[in-house]
Amino acid sequence: MDAVTVTDLVVDRGRRRVLPGLTFAVPAGQVTGLLGPSGSGKSTLMRAIVGVQRVRSGTVTVLGRPAGSPALRDRVGYVTQAPSVYADLTVRENARYFAALYGKGHREADAALTDVGLGGAAGQLVGDLSGGQRGRASLACALVGEPEVLVLDEPTVGLDPVLRVELWDRFHALARAGTAQLVSSHVMDEAARCDRLLLLRDGALLADTTPAQLRADGRSQDLEEAFLTVVRAREAVAS
Amino acid sequence: MTSATHLSPRLTSTTAARVLRQLRHDHRTIAMLLVLPSLLLGLLHLLWKELPSIPGRPDTFDRVGLTMLGIFPFVVMFLVTSIAMLRERTSGTLERLLTTPLSRLDLLLGYGLAFGLAAALQAVVTVTVATTLYDLDVAGPVWLVVLIAVLDAVLGVALGLLASAFARSEFQAVQFMPVIVLPQFFLCGLLVPREQMAGWLEAVSDVLPLTYAVEALQEVGRSVAATGTMWTDVGVVAGAALLALALAAATLRRRTD
Repeated sequence: MDAVTVTDLVVDRGRRRVLPGLTFAVPAGQVTGLLGPSGSGKSTLMRAIVGVQRVRSGTVTVLGRPAGSPALRDRVGYVTQAPSVYADLTVRENARYFAALYGKGHREADAALTDVGLGGAAGQLVGDLSGGQRGRASLACALVGEPEVLVLDEPTVGLDPVLRVELWDRFHALARAGTAQLVSSHVMDEAARCDRLLLLRDGALLADTTPAQLRADGRSQDLEEAFLTVVRAREAVAS
Repeated sequence: MTSATHLSPRLTSTTAARVLRQLRHDHRTIAMLLVLPSLLLGLLHLLWKELPSIPGRPDTFDRVGLTMLGIFPFVVMFLVTSIAMLRERTSGTLERLLTTPLSRLDLLLGYGLAFGLAAALQAVVTVTVATTLYDLDVAGPVWLVVLIAVLDAVLGVALGLLASAFARSEFQAVQFMPVIVLPQFFLCGLLVPREQMAGWLEAVSDVLPLTYAVEALQEVGRSVAATGTMWTDVGVVAGAALLALALAAATLRRRTD
């Protein structure tokens, strides 16, 4: 079953057309990677899915309802690229506030902090944390709502490799429990960890594939190289 | 669109508690909120202390000081709120909140409640200091002065929330203070009695909410018992604050470019 369906989505930001007409779906119970270089429209697309992006035309349907519907707000979790937590609150106070907004209690807040490895830093002010820790605090504030759809904009930037692996294990555990996840990244080495891949370039979908399929199409075990081969093949066809 | 008006008392109070918690971590701001109005009022007290009073006219400090008890919380809360809201916007927390079950009105009322409580504490301190240390004479009950001061603070919060919707940068947000606050201060009847103003200026002052706040304080200063005019003024200020909150909720866009 598809958790998110996007049909002919067109988004303008200022005078620039960022998304010229996208169509794809994000299935439930899987981690879908949204990969593309900086400026390819990943964040804009994610904002459209959580319902805070002004949309020119097209439809975005999440769990059977128009994106941003009031009924979706406790079923969709969103983590922005820059950590969006309160710097002048402690990690625990942040988690408890967002937990309360989703109708959850202190227990869930503490569990979410443990999940992202911040149990030991719960009493610290977010403003005193490192960049990576802030990002994890921000992630915990979305996990705490136990959403059915989780939209994560570059959640692993600046994390040490051990933590990165732990977080990906966490994402896969959530997927097994049925959560649909859309995770953006601009580095291809994250692509291998996704169940499915959406490759975005200049707002256009270059490929809707899986890591295995991309390796086969690009005739390389290295996903970065496979991606380049696919892009070049496309551009050769276009010109 | 309907979610702007879907109210949840639980989420409103949760948000108010969060805002107060943020304040609690900022000790210097708390100290300034509580002490600064009293110090400034003390300066005014010293300024007029040596001047002989004119028989039959109220003491200048009694008149100006009492009005200031309403103007300080209005100005301070306007500034604090505009900055707080701008921080929500630039830190990305506002965008995040808009994706949660928290409605826009819950968020704004949460701010109003939190800063209203802070203002109540501030008013109790300032009014107590003014009436004991500075011998400010108020004919009416002191609790009414506190009530009006808190209402003025809530009006400041509401206008601050509304103004912050139009501020795109910190520089703009700070400059909304003179734009929104100073004309109301000039025309409220403290500098020049309203009936001595040019007709059109008086008409302008008729539609500015601070005018009614100041008139309410002057009524309490003059009359032992609460007057009907005072209650009407209180109602106008409260209504203006609610209107500003509703407008702020309507102008806060969930979807942006």
